[in-house]
Order: sequence, then C-alpha cells, then structure tokens
Amino acid sequence: MNETPILSIEDLHVTFPTPKGDVRAVRGVSFDLGREKLGIVGESGSGKSQTGRAILGLIAGRGIVHAKRMEFDGIDLRNASAQTLRAIRGNRISMIMQDPKYSLNPVITVGRQIEEAYLVHTRAAKAEARERAMEMLKAVRIRNPERVYDAYPHEVSGGMGQRIMIAMMMIPEPDIIIADEPTSALDVTVQMQVLAILDDMVTQRGMALIFISHDLNLVASFCDRVLIMYAGQVMEVREARDLHNAEHPYTRGLLECLPRIDAHGESLAVLQRDPAWADLQ
Amino acid sequence: MNERSAAVSMHGVGLRDWLLSNAPHSGFQARCQRFYLAWLIFRRNPIAMIGLVITLGLVLVAIFAPWITSTNGLQPELMNRLQPGSSEHWFGTDELGRDIFDRIVWGSRITLYIVGLVGMIVVPIGLVVGTVAGYMGGYVDNVLMRITDIFLAFPRLILALALMAALGPSLENAVLAIAVTTWSPYARIARAEALTIRNSEFIMAAQMQGASTAGILYRHVMPLCISSVIVRLTLDMAGIILTAAGLGFLGLGAQPPTPEWGAMISTGRQFLLDQWWVPTVPGIAIFVVSLGFNLLGDGLRDVLDPKSGE
Amino acid sequence: MISVQGLGVTFGHGSSGFQAVADLSFEVERGESFGLVGESGSGKTTVLRAIAGLIPGVSGRLTVAGETLGPKRSKRFRHLVQMVFQDPFGSLHPRHTVDQILSEPARIHRMNDIKNRVLRALEEVGLDSSFRFRYPHQVSGGQRQRIAVARALIIEPEIVLLDEPTSALDVSVQAEVLNLLNHMKRERGLTYMLVSHDLAVVSHMCDRLVVMQHGRLVETLAIEQLRNFTPAHPYTSQLLRASEGYDRAAVETLEDDL
Repeated sequence: MNETPILSIEDLHVTFPTPKGDVRAVRGVSFDLGREKLGIVGESGSGKSQTGRAILGLIAGRGIVHAKRMEFDGIDLRNASAQTLRAIRGNRISMIMQDPKYSLNPVITVGRQIEEAYLVHTRAAKAEARERAMEMLKAVRIRNPERVYDAYPHEVSGGMGQRIMIAMMMIPEPDIIIADEPTSALDVTVQMQVLAILDDMVTQRGMALIFISHDLNLVASFCDRVLIMYAGQVMEVREARDLHNAEHPYTRGLLECLPRIDAHGESLAVLQRDPAWADLQ
Repeated sequence: MNERSAAVSMHGVGLRDWLLSNAPHSGFQARCQRFYLAWLIFRRNPIAMIGLVITLGLVLVAIFAPWITSTNGLQPELMNRLQPGSSEHWFGTDELGRDIFDRIVWGSRITLYIVGLVGMIVVPIGLVVGTVAGYMGGYVDNVLMRITDIFLAFPRLILALALMAALGPSLENAVLAIAVTTWSPYARIARAEALTIRNSEFIMAAQMQGASTAGILYRHVMPLCISSVIVRLTLDMAGIILTAAGLGFLGLGAQPPTPEWGAMISTGRQFLLDQWWVPTVPGIAIFVVSLGFNLLGDGLRDVLDPKSGE
Repeated sequence: MISVQGLGVTFGHGSSGFQAVADLSFEVERGESFGLVGESGSGKTTVLRAIAGLIPGVSGRLTVAGETLGPKRSKRFRHLVQMVFQDPFGSLHPRHTVDQILSEPARIHRMNDIKNRVLRALEEVGLDSSFRFRYPHQVSGGQRQRIAVARALIIEPEIVLLDEPTSALDVSVQAEVLNLLNHMKRERGLTYMLVSHDLAVVSHMCDRLVVMQHGRLVETLAIEQLRNFTPAHPYTSQLLRASEGYDRAAVETLEDDL
C-alpha cells in the first residue's frame, strides 16, 4: 500500500466479562486498511465478527474494547464522543449483515426505508430523497426499481433484500463498508451477483471493504488481501492470490480440509488443532 | 453403592463438585445439575427469593400448625369475644371468642389445600388438551379449542357461583368450581407452545423413529410446555386464593366453623369499625400469600424463560 | 433400493396450493451414495421428507426396499430408513440427555441391552462415555451432529437420508463429520441419499446425483461428470461456475434473478 491507510487498527482487544470468567473474543488484532477489499476469515468463535463491530463501536452490552490505535481518517475511534461516532456510523463507515430479513423493517416499504436512510444523514426534500433512492436501486442492478420501491421486505427474495441493504448503505457514500457474512444466507448464483455489486462499488467509487466470512475459498477469490483469524488472533495475512501458498499451519490445515469438486480422496484431511495457536502470539 | 446413596453421602465441597461436574454419570445426576443451575439463577433475584420465602413460610406454618397453635381455632369462648391483640391472643379473638392467630394458622392448611388441589386438576387437563390440540392441528384442534373457548368466555366468579348453586356449598365443590373456571388459559398456553414445537427437527426425528403420537406428546412436547404452564399457575395462584376467598365470603366455600380466610372476612366484616382486627388480619394473610405466589411466579418465569438462555 | 416415480408434493390446498416438487423420477441402487443438489426452493429437502413420510400432500409412486409406500410408513420402513437433519441444535431435544436421545429409538424398536448399545454407538462416532448424560447445549455443534448420526445408526438401518448434514458446521468440523459418514457407510454397507447445496461436498461424498430447480428435475449425473466439469445441462454448468469462487467476468453470464 503506497498511500496512507484509511483505517488503522493496532492491538485490538475485545473482552466480555461473564460469571464464569472473562471471555476474550479478540486478542491483539492489528491491521491497516486501504482502498481495497480486505477479507477476514475464521471459523465460529474466531472473533471476526466482533472485530468488525468493535470498529463501529457496536460491541454489545458489557463488552470492553481496548486498542493501542484505532484510527479512521485521522479520527481516534477509541476516544470519540458518542456524537462523533453517530456521525461516522452509517455515514462514513457502514455495515451490512447476514440476513436482510432481520435488518430491514418488516412493516415499512423498501422505498421508504431507503429514503429514511438518506434523510438521516442529509437535509433534503422528500422528492430528492425519492430520486436518490431510485438511483441507488438502479445502481444495485434491480430491474424494476419502481415495483421494488413499493414492496415490503417479505415480498422480495433474499438476494434482492441484500441488494436493497447495499443500496441503503451506499446512499451516504461511505468510505468503508464492513460486510459481515453478507452472502452466507444466499444461493451460490445469487451470492455471485451480490458480490459483483460490491465489487463494482469498490472499484467505481473508491471505497474500502472489509469482508468478514467463514468461506475461505470465496474470500480468496473475491478479496485483495486476507486475514486469517483463530481464537481471537490473526494467524496470517496474505495477498488473496497468494493464499494457496499460505505458511501458517492453521491456514494450511483449513485449506486442506476443504472438499473440492475436482479432487476426491477416500477421506478429507482433518485439521489437527495445535493448542499453541491459541496462545498469545 | 448406587447413584442416590452416593449423592446423599457426599457433603460440603463434594456435593458442589458433583452438581457442577462436566460429565455426569447418570440421568439422575444430570437432572440434579439442571435443577441446581436453575436454582443458582433463581437465587440471584432478591424479589423471587422473597416470594419463595413467603411460600415456604406458608407451607411450614401449615405443616407445623399443631405445634404452633394452642387451640384448634374452632371452639367458641364467648367470655373472650372480640378481644384485641395481647400476649395471650396475638391477633386477638373473633366474635365467638376464638383465637384469630390459631384460626389463621389452621386456615393456611385450607388455603394450601385449595391451591394445591386446583393446581393438580388444571395443570394436567390444560397440558393434555393444549398439547393435543396444538400438535395434532386440524379438526381435533378446532374441537378442543372451541370447548376451551366456551369455558374461557364465562367470568370466573359467575360460573363458580352457578356451579356452587348447582352442587351445593362446600370446600370440595368450591375447589371443583374454581378448577372448572381456571383451566382454559392453561390449555391455550400449552397449545401455543406446542404449535411452535411441532415443526422442530427433533420432533421429525422422533417421527422417523416410529414413535407413537402419544409417546411424542408425552416425552417431547409436554416437557417443553410445562414450564410456561407452571409459571402461569404460580401467577394465577393469587387469583385462585382470591376467588376461593370470594366464594367463602359469600358463604359458598368452606362452611362455618372452618377457618377459611375468606369466610373469616365475611363473618368479621360487621366488626370492621370497632374491632378492626377481626376481618383485617385474614385479609392481610390473603394479601401476603397472594403476593408471595406472584413474586415466586415472576422469579420462576425469569428462570424458565428460554430467552434467558441456559 | 429406492425408486421414485412421478413424485409430486403440494403444500396447501386448491388455489392457494404450492407445487414444491413436480414429476420427479430417479432410482437409487443399494449401497450407493446418491446426491440431490439444488438451490433454495429447488425442493430437494422436500423430496427427502416426502420419502421419509414426514409431510402430507405427496403423490406419485415411491418404492423402498421392495415395499411400495402408502400414506403411512410401516414399522419395517422406520427400522430400515433413518435421517440426519441439518440443524445440529434443532434436531436434538433440548431437555433430553444424550442417553435418552440414543435410547429412544432402541426402545421403540424393542432392542435389548440398550445401555451397551448406547455406549457402543457413542464410541463409533468418536465420543467417549462422558458424553452420555450431557444435554445438547453442553456439547459443541460438531459433537451434536455426531450424536445425531449415532442416533440414526443405533437401530442399524440400511438407508440413511442426510439433509444438509454439515451446512451448519465449521469447515474443519465438516471434514470430520463427512469422514465419519463415509466410514460408517463403508463399515455397514449403507445406502445414502444426501441433500446439499454445496457441490464440493456432493462431489466428495456421492456416486450419482440429480440436479433440481424449482421442484423439477434438471438432470441426472454420474459423479465424474461433476468432477470433470462436464454436465449436460447449462443450469448445472452455471452452478459449477458459481461454486468455483468469485469471478467478475463469469457473473455476467449468470441469469439475473427477478
């Protein structure tokens, strides 16, 4: 990366106090983000989702966030006031989550929700908001934007729901989009279409994308760089095209235990978990 | 040495380990662990603990009645009538000179009798009707729910009165009347739970194994419905006590000289102005016990509510 | 072993009825691992449930191990055919211990020596006896799925229906469970019907497969056709392309969803 990163995270820790002791979900994660597609890959419990939420200050309830550095475009996110965070959230850093069923309000039409998203961050007349909403629906390649505009969330398919979420997130033209398993609930062909939209957003509008997923192959083919997480720590960082030359035994183990369409052995390689991986690196 | 005697012979730290161990050795140990963990959650709620203490207090008072009372509360002693509270008669005496404290204590047995008997009738009936209706759906569901609706439509006290008029006034008939008017909501609750459960994959698995419908209802559906029903019962207990008191007040429940609390209020109400303790003390007893059951029910709901997680 | 002819499944009645599966026909040989592949709404899970006798609205002719299936499944069928479900948490009763979960099928089929069968079943799926009295929420997702497999196999069926058995599991756990399934199949000479949306899993596990879309059969394939990327039908090619990972250029060739 030759330019200054738009997001800098150094030594991020997220801890949840529970009656049975502290749960350390994220333990010392560091990375820089430029105008690129960065993938964060991990299995359940790896801390990948919590990392994304920590950036936006969305850690639930009692979670404690700690970092040496959490800087977005010169703003220190660690000590930012609630007001500053509100201005950033949704406006300059947006988040797309897994299931549009749970992210969209079921009793308001799609069009109105997009309008609302617009009006939250900009003072504008209703007519202007409607126009922008239509524009965004077209930008995410929805063929009949007028029909979708007046539809309710339960009337549209999963893939369309995610496109609508992307449209909503795009309206304020954020600098960074954090996508947490945005395509995991979608069919494989629909996944590709939704990813193409995200891809175009990044290349055409110069956005940065953090793509959180459990799907190693998908991330390797979609992103520019990949972060592999395990037990709250970063095991390895690689250029995506170089992922198959990964060195860390965890990454290699993950790659080897994936079934492949063209290969067929008697059994799949099984990941041997080395307890040393969970130790603080 | 079998599992139960092993548990009994442990004490102190050993018992706690047994209750918290990660690999239980028997179904008995596993069930004890579940109850223990539920107890730990329950214990954290001070209000629920108050409810538990009151309820336990009621039970203990009822059990130890012969030992904590000096009389059986039934013998009139007209020389002593309408005496205020004193060291000899803690709550004073009523219009027939009977010690009110003793009557309250013996009356607690009646309260427990009513509440327990009603519970033992409505819970099984509501559970069976509700789970069968919810699980089987269709025609069976319709018929059972319409029957439930009919009972639900009547105001509780009015239907109880009508039944008492038909059956004659007595404590047992009062219990029956209350049970008949109370069971419907339990069926609805059980049915609502059964509806959510019936499409679960574990039910499908049981069907795949060839389990009979009765088997599925008894082993799979009912265990998941019973917590909501029990919570509803504890929250309902106050209402049951009050209905029984209401019937007693109208002379339709326990007949004199039985020291049923509602009847005590009824016969004592004419003395409210000058000898206030005669109707008021039983009133306070009803209030305290109803409150206790309510708080207990609230606490149980917090523990058994699936949303709070296990 | 399994013969499906003209299978149709309708949800609801009359005008509000929805045809989930229409005119589906295929055969599964004894000892085969047969895959059903498709996207959501393709009806693949519905087919499995129709064979299992878990849903109404089924038409067509189903024959399993020589027995033509009627509206209710016989005791013999319930002994011969078992199922492993997708959601490891949802397929185990939350209030039953592992011992109860495994004993129940054995009890229903009047087997003897249930305690030892349970211990053996646990051992075969790689769990030790300490699991016997745990509750489902006390074990991990992969372990739950192993218990589900143990439950399916404890009564010694010949056919196992697998409904996306590893979709809800982490990749590393998936490998273990798939290996276990293959191992059990070899050991006991089982016949599998595997439903999955993941072509790589099907490619690893199956000998033949059908591809479904919108409740209809698209094509029947031998596994080599999948592994060599040589299906006949363009829809299957589209699925294969999309399974290969993201490719911006390839996306243009995919049909747009409405």
